[in-house]
Amino acid sequence: MKALLWRDLALAVRAGGGFGLGLAFFLIVVVLVPFGVGPDRSVLALIAPGILWVAALLAALLSLDRIFALDFEDGSLALLATAPLPLEGVALIKAFAHWITTGLPLTLVAPALGFFLNMQPAAYAYLLVSLAIGTPALSMIGSFGAALTVGLRRGGLLLSLLVLPLYVPTLIFGAEAVRRGVDGTGAAAPLMLMGAITLGCFALLPFAAAAVLRINLR
Amino acid sequence: MLQVRDLRCARGGVPVLEGVTFDLNAGEALILRGPNGVGKTTLLRTLAGLQPPLDGTVDYPEATGAYASHADGIKTALTVTENLTFWAQVYGLTVPDTVFAAFDLDGLRSRAAGTLSAGQKRRLGLARLGVIGRKVLFLDEPTVSLDAFSVRNFAGWMRDVHLAQGGCAVIATHIDLGLDVPTLDLTPFVAQADATGGSDEAFL
Amino acid sequence: MSIWEYANPKRFMDWTAPVMRVAFAVAAACLAIGLIWGFFFTPEEARQGSTVKIIYLHVPSALMAINAWFMMLVASLIWLVRRHHVSALAARAAAPVGLAMTVIALITGAIWGSPMWGTYWAWDPRLTSFLILFLFYLGYIALWAAIEDADTAADLTSVLCLVGSVFAILSRYAVNFWNQGLHQGASLSLDKEENVANVFYIPLLVCIAGFVALFLALVLLRTRTEIRVRRTQALLARAQRA
Repeated sequence: MKALLWRDLALAVRAGGGFGLGLAFFLIVVVLVPFGVGPDRSVLALIAPGILWVAALLAALLSLDRIFALDFEDGSLALLATAPLPLEGVALIKAFAHWITTGLPLTLVAPALGFFLNMQPAAYAYLLVSLAIGTPALSMIGSFGAALTVGLRRGGLLLSLLVLPLYVPTLIFGAEAVRRGVDGTGAAAPLMLMGAITLGCFALLPFAAAAVLRINLR
Repeated sequence: MLQVRDLRCARGGVPVLEGVTFDLNAGEALILRGPNGVGKTTLLRTLAGLQPPLDGTVDYPEATGAYASHADGIKTALTVTENLTFWAQVYGLTVPDTVFAAFDLDGLRSRAAGTLSAGQKRRLGLARLGVIGRKVLFLDEPTVSLDAFSVRNFAGWMRDVHLAQGGCAVIATHIDLGLDVPTLDLTPFVAQADATGGSDEAFL
Repeated sequence: MSIWEYANPKRFMDWTAPVMRVAFAVAAACLAIGLIWGFFFTPEEARQGSTVKIIYLHVPSALMAINAWFMMLVASLIWLVRRHHVSALAARAAAPVGLAMTVIALITGAIWGSPMWGTYWAWDPRLTSFLILFLFYLGYIALWAAIEDADTAADLTSVLCLVGSVFAILSRYAVNFWNQGLHQGASLSLDKEENVANVFYIPLLVCIAGFVALFLALVLLRTRTEIRVRRTQALLARAQRA
């Protein structure tokens, strides 16, 4: 398991691994928003947490198809499926590696970008915490979607169509936590609910992902 | 070591082979032959457990089987040593030093796999079999894009290392490996048009 | 004889032919009676005037939009557990019908919403949930269409339906949570059953019965078509090998 994690991380940071692309995408989306909605600082401050959450979600989506597609094409997925590693563990580890290479950097960078959007000072801590709790769920749900579409030639667009509706609860609780944190109406409830979703995803979705991987490898 | 009884397997929901039966003892290998499309890959994938058989049984000791497909499963961004180390660790082993010499990879250890030629990549893919320590191998066209020297080299490893140490192997190939082992022509096992068990059977 | 015998494709074709005809007839009768009764022979409601009459399309279609997904979930489970092909094909057949019901519910809701709330669309929890349900239907249908091998497609869409159902329920409650945070109390949401008096209630029940029968008839029709397609493919595949 550790070997697989290290391999995936090494592949992500080496040439052609695409590490940093998600971050760059995140940056560009956030830079584009003021051009779209106008430079009014109060408007930007109002929508900053939501924009950052949606942009982080889209940036995470961007690299999902790499989770399994590359291994499927070069044959390593079939070899992994016949290896002593359980496929459920493979799905879990790969989702975790995806989080380390996309979700974690996005979480750390988001406050800096909040600064550009004139986000209220009170929101920074809530944004950081909500992204830290929520992005692992995005990676795990995404790896289920990636496993579902791994056998398809052009699965990228379909992957987005399948995964985005599944992201709705996480997005709602994540953005709501920041909003309530700023209002002072109590961010604990949405944060705990989002944490429950994340834990539930990590507990159950590896089994679903492994099941669809086996079907796709048949 | 490997017992196959009355195996029937399907490709794309249609039965392609039926009644496949053979035994392999430790130290024995079997070459599969037959024209393209007869079901060699399907049979090997079924033996390796990647797809369920329609009928019949495949028996070999738990956790001894390994599969090698047309694709090598090589990561081009990793070096030769890193590729082999990864697979060794997945199987809970370390890379034996002899494996580099056996597959003629000694001078390539720290080269990125992406810079290797097709034949060199294939040798790396086969070297994986030398580091995972599995006894029952299912090999699908292992010699594609290998030159005559490398084919002899691979056959030598198969005979003097793998089979000599009590392993066994089922190999689908079109060329003569120079191994003194029996062959099995799959043509007589091609499923009859009325063979049962395909996924579309209920609709006929 | 076990009940599962009826799931054999050939037997299914036999017994569904008359059932489908009856279902179509019942649907036509119920919808004709219910809609004419509802549109022309019920009094106008004091507060809403004649706009209330769209309830006869809106409520049954919304009901069927959810029940269609539920039926797909059950059919998917049956396929995963018992591997009856007809079950997977019925789930596939129900999806576009459910999608159409969702669209009808959304459109009639918008038409109704315009005079009542002064807007065609509001991010009310109930409306938003239906929009999300619409997206789930789209994804499910797209996945079916994208995969060539029929059994693989059945397996993958079944797992998607299972996982999707869990997330659809999560979304339903998350959306409630989200909107209450914005507007205190769901001021736009109507609790329909309580508003409806008896004069409206009975024609509404007739219309719901009509929609159920229509759904059943359409799903049977589409399932029968899917079975014929699979049979054609199976025969062709056999013919090519012989």
